[in-house]
Amino acid sequence: METDLDEIELDLFIEAMRRRHGYDLGQYARASLKRRVQGLVRQHGLDHIGALTARVLRDTAFLPQVVEGLSVPVSEMFRDPFVFSALRTQVFPTLASYPSINIWQAGCAHGEEVYSLAILLEEAGLYERCQIYATDFSDAALARAREGIFPARETRAASLRYQQAGGGMTLADYYHARYDLVKLDAALRRNVVFANHNLATDGVFCEAHLILCRNVLIYFNNALQNRALALFADSLVRGGFLCLGTKENLSTAPVAGNFAAVDRAARIFRAMRPT
Amino acid sequence: MELVAIGCSTGGLQALQTLLGGLAPCPRTAFVAVLHTASASVDLLCQLLARESPMPVMEAEERMPVRPGVLQLAPPGYHLLIGRDRHFALTVDPKVCFVRPSIDVLFESAADAYRANMAGVILTGANEDGALGLRCVRRHGGAALVQDPEEAESPAMPRAALATAGADHCLPLAAIAIELNRMCLS
Repeated sequence: METDLDEIELDLFIEAMRRRHGYDLGQYARASLKRRVQGLVRQHGLDHIGALTARVLRDTAFLPQVVEGLSVPVSEMFRDPFVFSALRTQVFPTLASYPSINIWQAGCAHGEEVYSLAILLEEAGLYERCQIYATDFSDAALARAREGIFPARETRAASLRYQQAGGGMTLADYYHARYDLVKLDAALRRNVVFANHNLATDGVFCEAHLILCRNVLIYFNNALQNRALALFADSLVRGGFLCLGTKENLSTAPVAGNFAAVDRAARIFRAMRPT
Repeated sequence: MELVAIGCSTGGLQALQTLLGGLAPCPRTAFVAVLHTASASVDLLCQLLARESPMPVMEAEERMPVRPGVLQLAPPGYHLLIGRDRHFALTVDPKVCFVRPSIDVLFESAADAYRANMAGVILTGANEDGALGLRCVRRHGGAALVQDPEEAESPAMPRAALATAGADHCLPLAAIAIELNRMCLS
């Protein structure tokens, strides 16, 4: 059957990515991975996953495009404004008690959330004390995030969400518009380090007071979701905060017991030390 | 019949209510629906549908099993997929047919998982979402039911589905309910 052939080809693609390039996709959620891989097949005018695998094996210059296609590039500034509002009111006051603040944005994609967070930290008077690590496993995504350039057509809705999140200025104070693009104020990233980090394979690299990882773990199977959550638990200071996507489900993850909900709807948790 | 997947858009809430009103309880069949809506509250939609429904109505949650005897709705802002393990997955991948959740995404993943043991149902709607998904369902041996465009509040979506995928049954809502009862209870 053609569909079973698809499954075999997907397995071989995963194997090729692992053995040839060291990317471990084997623990990604199968249904969404398959859809993305099929999307790459179409995007590059190929006939089937097997052709994509052949190209991935032989054409090294092709790899970044594949990795970009498999990463999570879709977000928007101040997505779910109530979450940012909850961060402002329920997390920032605790962050303010630290002389220096480490924040890890895991899976930063094109940077929409990093800049959103930076704006609110600036307005709360906390930014100077912050070191923000924005990581992704796609170098192409990191390059885009570093630029901080977004389509102008998104700014009207983003401005509204910024207000709903409790922003104190207007969003236009933070960007310059040119033609159909806006460029965010470079000062917003003066304390941001963009770095490559793969949640499937890399380990702890900082001691964080707040970790944001929204709508990234939804692409992982239960085992890999648990691995990433364990990594977050190990990276957070005692009482450190974790913010996930609003539809993420921790009920299958054994390590979820290390987190206590602060705001269930906003998926904000605090790390507890195992007793 | 293990799964009935339903997609609707403009006018979809009312159409779903009518359809549910005609269904008998089907304890062995799971129902999953994508309803394009401006409402951010899936809880409210569940309540509105539960009034007419012979089965419980709830939001589909990532990593959770697809539950027989229950209607589960895609949450707004996410694509809903079903894996071969018959569990739900969510993504924030780009919009398909300008919408997220997309009916195509649900149907294509479900077709891959359930093959001939499912039915895809396309109801009223103003865009073309669901047409490619329904074609995929049919190619995998599943049944395709489309609301009669003459009856649909917005006929574009049923028409697109008929043009792209064709259908095993093109019927008014009341007759779709009877056909689903026959499929699910036989």
